[in-house]
Amino acid sequence: MTTRFTPDHEYIRVEGSTGIVGITNYAQEALGDIVFVELPSVGKALKKGDEAAVVESVKAASEIYAPVSGTVTEVNEELSGNPGLINADPEAGGWIYKIAIADAGELDGLLDDAAYADLTK
Amino acid sequence: MAETSPTDLKTTPLFGRHQAIGGRMVPFGGYCLPVQYPPGIMAEHKWTREQAGLFDVSHMGPSFLVLNNPSGDAEADHAAISAIIEPLICGDIAGLKPGQVRYTLLLNEAGGIIDDLMVARSPKFAGSLYVVVNAGTKEGDFARIAAAAGDRAKLTRADDGALLALQGPEAVGVLASLMPGVVELGFMQYGPYQCQGQTVIVSRSGYTGEDGFELLCPAPFATTLWDALLADPRVKPIGLGARDSLRLEAGLPLYGHDLDETVSPIEADLGFAVSKRRRDAADFLGATRILAERENRPSRIRVGLIVDGAPAREGAEILDASGNAIGVVTSGSFAPSLGKAIALGFVPPAYAAPGTKLQVSVRNRAQPAEVVPTPFVPHRYFRKAS
Repeated sequence: MTTRFTPDHEYIRVEGSTGIVGITNYAQEALGDIVFVELPSVGKALKKGDEAAVVESVKAASEIYAPVSGTVTEVNEELSGNPGLINADPEAGGWIYKIAIADAGELDGLLDDAAYADLTK
Repeated sequence: MAETSPTDLKTTPLFGRHQAIGGRMVPFGGYCLPVQYPPGIMAEHKWTREQAGLFDVSHMGPSFLVLNNPSGDAEADHAAISAIIEPLICGDIAGLKPGQVRYTLLLNEAGGIIDDLMVARSPKFAGSLYVVVNAGTKEGDFARIAAAAGDRAKLTRADDGALLALQGPEAVGVLASLMPGVVELGFMQYGPYQCQGQTVIVSRSGYTGEDGFELLCPAPFATTLWDALLADPRVKPIGLGARDSLRLEAGLPLYGHDLDETVSPIEADLGFAVSKRRRDAADFLGATRILAERENRPSRIRVGLIVDGAPAREGAEILDASGNAIGVVTSGSFAPSLGKAIALGFVPPAYAAPGTKLQVSVRNRAQPAEVVPTPFVPHRYFRKAS
């Protein structure tokens, strides 16, 4: 199991050909209390860099971009009633959507643990 | 998510205190101020509604307007100082009792709002007003007031001091432990009080909808007063983020967002700030437009909206039930006390009745919204029978 990161603070945890996407602990701390999450529709085709979801704090809305191209296979419905899960548990229970990865090669362009840790130091 | 550098921004006397307790510093009104502390906007907001929140609002513009040659007759001197400021605003200042604070509006010739401000009559000194204006507009406001004063009165800025706001149901108990006399103040009254040998100007007012106080003190005393208030377990520091969500729930408009130089007091639903004596005399700038709008109807009026779904932010279009654009959101956020999205915006009067079903456009999608009376959260001011 591999996790990769974007410079915009999304993570993608790769399980076989599926990626689980969310925002990092660093990002949730910076955004503050999440009060609303706009989830993508299941079946939506995304290209790397497309806007996939929106998370809103009290003060502002932030777009969540697709770290890789693919098709949305599942969304975290629990976030609709409990958006604060992203603050409480961003990298597990607070995942946002799952994507069927179209081109695993795109993962190579993302940051690994060490590079992301370096970015947010 | 770059860190904001304080370069070129002014700091308040409490800058070091904010940094020391983890305040997230952002530029606001030319100052470097905390948008939140580690607990975050939601927790800070709720704490203020339940206990007492302490805010650094030293970026605002407190000042004193004092008659140059007072006669010694308190009523004559008050009439003279009122006559200087009244032509700039639409409030009745001449009618203020000693120690009374009034919310009023600086107007332009077209009846638009240049700023909203507090003007108060000194409880002690004849011919002296305490005037507090907004941060973003203070240079222009002060120039305007000083020009009106000419050689008849002197405007002394006090924005080199510290202005703190202590807001919430526990505020009075907390403040009374430092300055017992403040319990005599009712909402919109002020006076000087002694604290550890220093004079603090205390006004029972604020912009959260809660009971509370605003405290002006000299800069060297600011950290002492801040620390003394925070030493009380009922008090926590609150940033600008929660200040904004609190005032929005209280239905209070924010200058530069809900109010600007094109918006009239009637459009802004601030008709109460156009005092009766001034209306009868029609002796304020823009009186023709403002009185006509009061009599007939303005073309747009500020309303409160409860929004279903994602918050509609400033600039979002307001649509009628069929999707036609009819107005715009001027402030919008998630309301921590209500657990839903709320907004202020302007619509034609035909759509302004509470219960009217409208829509807001968020990211090009229409979401349901309903006009509701404001405040969204009831005010809990401490009014004294006079």
